[in-house]
Amino acid sequence: MKTQTSRRDFLRISSQSAFILALGFSSKGSVAQIQKYNPALGVEINPYIIINESGKVTLFNPRPDMGQGTYQALPLLLAEELDVLLEDVEIQMTDGSARFGSQLSGGSSSVRTRWIPMRTAGAAVREMLVQAAANRWKVSPSDCSTNNGVVINKLTKAQFNYGELVEEASHLPVPQKPKLKSFSEFKQLGKPSKRPDVPAKVDGSAVFGMDVQLPGMLYASIIHSPYIYGKVKSFQADKAMSVKGVRFVLKTERVFFHGPFADNAAFDQKIRSKSDAIAVVADSYWAAVKAKKEVTVDWNALGFAESATEQYFNQARAAALREGNEYKEDKVGDFSKALQLSDYKIQATYQTPFMSHAPMEPCNATVYVQGDQVEVWAPVQGPDGLVNDLATYLGVKPEKIKVNVTFLGGAFGRKAVFDFVMQAANLSRQTNAPVKVIWTREDDIQQGPYRPGMISALQGGVDKDGNVLAFEHRLNGASIMASVFKADMRNNPDPWAGEGINLADSPYAFPARRNSFSWVDPQMPVLWWRSVYASTNVFAQESFMDELAHEGEKDPLALRLHLLRDSPRFVAVLNKLAEISDYQVKRKKGVAIGIAIARSFASIVAHAFEVQKDGTGVKIKQVYSVIDCGFPLNEDNIKAQVESNLVYGLSAAIKNQISRTHGKTDQSNFHDYAVLRQGEVPPCQVFVMPSEEEPGGVGEPGLPPIAPALCNAIFLATGKRVRTLPFDLSSI
Amino acid sequence: MSIYQLNVNKKKHRVEVDSDTPLLWVIRDTIGYTGTKFGCGMGLCGACTVLLNGSPIRSCSTPVSTLKPTDKITTIEGLSEKATHPVQEAWIEAQVPQCGYCQSGQILAASALLASNANPSDDDIDAAMAGNICRCGTYPRMRQAIHAAAKKIQNAKKS
Repeated sequence: MKTQTSRRDFLRISSQSAFILALGFSSKGSVAQIQKYNPALGVEINPYIIINESGKVTLFNPRPDMGQGTYQALPLLLAEELDVLLEDVEIQMTDGSARFGSQLSGGSSSVRTRWIPMRTAGAAVREMLVQAAANRWKVSPSDCSTNNGVVINKLTKAQFNYGELVEEASHLPVPQKPKLKSFSEFKQLGKPSKRPDVPAKVDGSAVFGMDVQLPGMLYASIIHSPYIYGKVKSFQADKAMSVKGVRFVLKTERVFFHGPFADNAAFDQKIRSKSDAIAVVADSYWAAVKAKKEVTVDWNALGFAESATEQYFNQARAAALREGNEYKEDKVGDFSKALQLSDYKIQATYQTPFMSHAPMEPCNATVYVQGDQVEVWAPVQGPDGLVNDLATYLGVKPEKIKVNVTFLGGAFGRKAVFDFVMQAANLSRQTNAPVKVIWTREDDIQQGPYRPGMISALQGGVDKDGNVLAFEHRLNGASIMASVFKADMRNNPDPWAGEGINLADSPYAFPARRNSFSWVDPQMPVLWWRSVYASTNVFAQESFMDELAHEGEKDPLALRLHLLRDSPRFVAVLNKLAEISDYQVKRKKGVAIGIAIARSFASIVAHAFEVQKDGTGVKIKQVYSVIDCGFPLNEDNIKAQVESNLVYGLSAAIKNQISRTHGKTDQSNFHDYAVLRQGEVPPCQVFVMPSEEEPGGVGEPGLPPIAPALCNAIFLATGKRVRTLPFDLSSI
Repeated sequence: MSIYQLNVNKKKHRVEVDSDTPLLWVIRDTIGYTGTKFGCGMGLCGACTVLLNGSPIRSCSTPVSTLKPTDKITTIEGLSEKATHPVQEAWIEAQVPQCGYCQSGQILAASALLASNANPSDDDIDAAMAGNICRCGTYPRMRQAIHAAAKKIQNAKKS
């Protein structure tokens, strides 16, 4: 199987040739850390690139693929500088061991953080191969060139393929500052190319976590606390045990995030690190699922039996009346004074709901714990983080844990935390067998962790000429930092929560500006969800920008262009959007175009929604999108990610939400947590800005401006301002 | 436990499972075709779609006992040799899949649509594909690929 590398495979690769050139880089990714790998001497290295005698190139890919395209993007960086064709490179996922450094796909960071290190690794190997060839021909390296895995003597036209040079090259010093190609020299980066994972995804052969099967493997289905947090007072399993194929009904647990994993005897209301759970372990998954219904559990709700999202939003609205903990780095001028001096003052409060990630592949993991050896097969966003968590949880050494990263059937942030893997580990240890845990869709929708629902309270001041003088955004709600890393956010602004609206992301030149955060306890675990806080913040901010424009009788595009006049990339994106959407063309009555723009994860995206009044609601006629993500590695994949964000973001705006009453999640599956289907997606046109800037993120930046662009269009078409998501498009 | 005779991808399989076992788990865990996926367990998402005598069904809510030995079941692995079905080729051409998890079901649903409707309109596509969710949002590309596959099939017939 191409996507997994077991320790065994790795050793086989390493030993099939006496001469293997392998280079790596440290977790810091610095060039100086590149070392030569000499397996015969057993020198410890960080092997990312292996070339064997036949010229075969293997890349260890440290960024799990959940659909965003890292399976191609990272090898492409290497292949470009190494000068081999991508189709000649074998891709293996890294196994979580520390020598590979960070292995997390998250925060739309994969290409951004590996843009230089991966290319440097490729270029260094290429220079060593060229030097080896030059030595043999007794010419200068400058008399040699490379082409698709071959070194060419420019004087004689003689050639060596890389495999023939590997032994000699492996004895050469590693260049610490190899010359990287200029943009104009790229042969593969930025050129149309097909993703190498696609064929396996159309013939059913791609292996996801769900597809892993081991000899002697048992299947587990879990009974979680209906209140998410909970302790088992007692449980009755006799009937379940009589179901054919059931081996065990066991008490297990669910851990939240990365620890500390407190002793299970007491529940710490502050860190909320563990809940009890019951597992049914059987010879087949169906037997486990069936028997689960026969188990009765008496739960202690630990004080969460009455928690409700309605209560939470009331608290957040109350918090919004206070000034909150200020983001000092975002402060411009004196907001209060500037507001006082304004001719017109407006304020508005926006609400965004809790959301479930609901990737198509529910959480699942297969783990085999054998004494102090642990092997995992799972769809996880970060095998290195998983190794750390498992080491802490099981009390084993990190180097005894090996993670086989499969393809991820979607993740959107959910699979960067590993509660489901820990359950499989706990059950494998209890049963002495490899155990595959499969969450049901109901587990997925009802158990969180969720995107925090937020209350954004905005205030702005405008002068009589329509100039914005003062701007304030108060964020009120749950803290992901508090939830995931147990940080105390009662008196501090969550440092992540300003995404999309902080000064770096939102360079609107307001003379006075203030951002703040007030923490409200969600009474449930919250987590990053595609585009994280930018998904909630930008809805409020970009909607309010239009409210200010209308208050000051300015065109929304013109107001933005004016306030962004010192940020040329924003201006270029807006101008391109206006051009492709025919923004200036007057629409007929009942038809309107609304826009929004945001920077997040180092890329700028603007959308225009054209909507038409339709009965009591509106119909989306067309969506136009422009993205500036710096140098576009694969334009087609960037377009695909913008389309993907449109569908995901629109689902969140007009379809679904997570709500809780009496401590329980109200939704359970795709009938009541509805998502967009074929036939509900408006036509969209995506333009990717040509650029030679450093690459930015691609997987998430398309999402934040979706909802505000739609709602701004709706206001222009109907006069109605939507300030709470989700809403029904057919009844505004 | 009972013994059932199933015809999956033109091969006969004899399986011993409980009568209420959904076809999905028989295909995946007993027979070993893992291209068919589990998504919701309630027939709501279409990830488990297979063809029963050419028509798409949700295998997660089809008990194995309801199937006859003469029924022909097709999974993604049996749709073509080496991904050469026009729908699969169009899928690669349009670079449809992202995470890929729902795609087996999507491709089978699309192939069934084209088998009964050589030139589907956008409305036909909406109706035929409404049962298959894609969280990555590959819907626009699937629409484009279905139209392309239809053209490909028509051209192949003409020549």
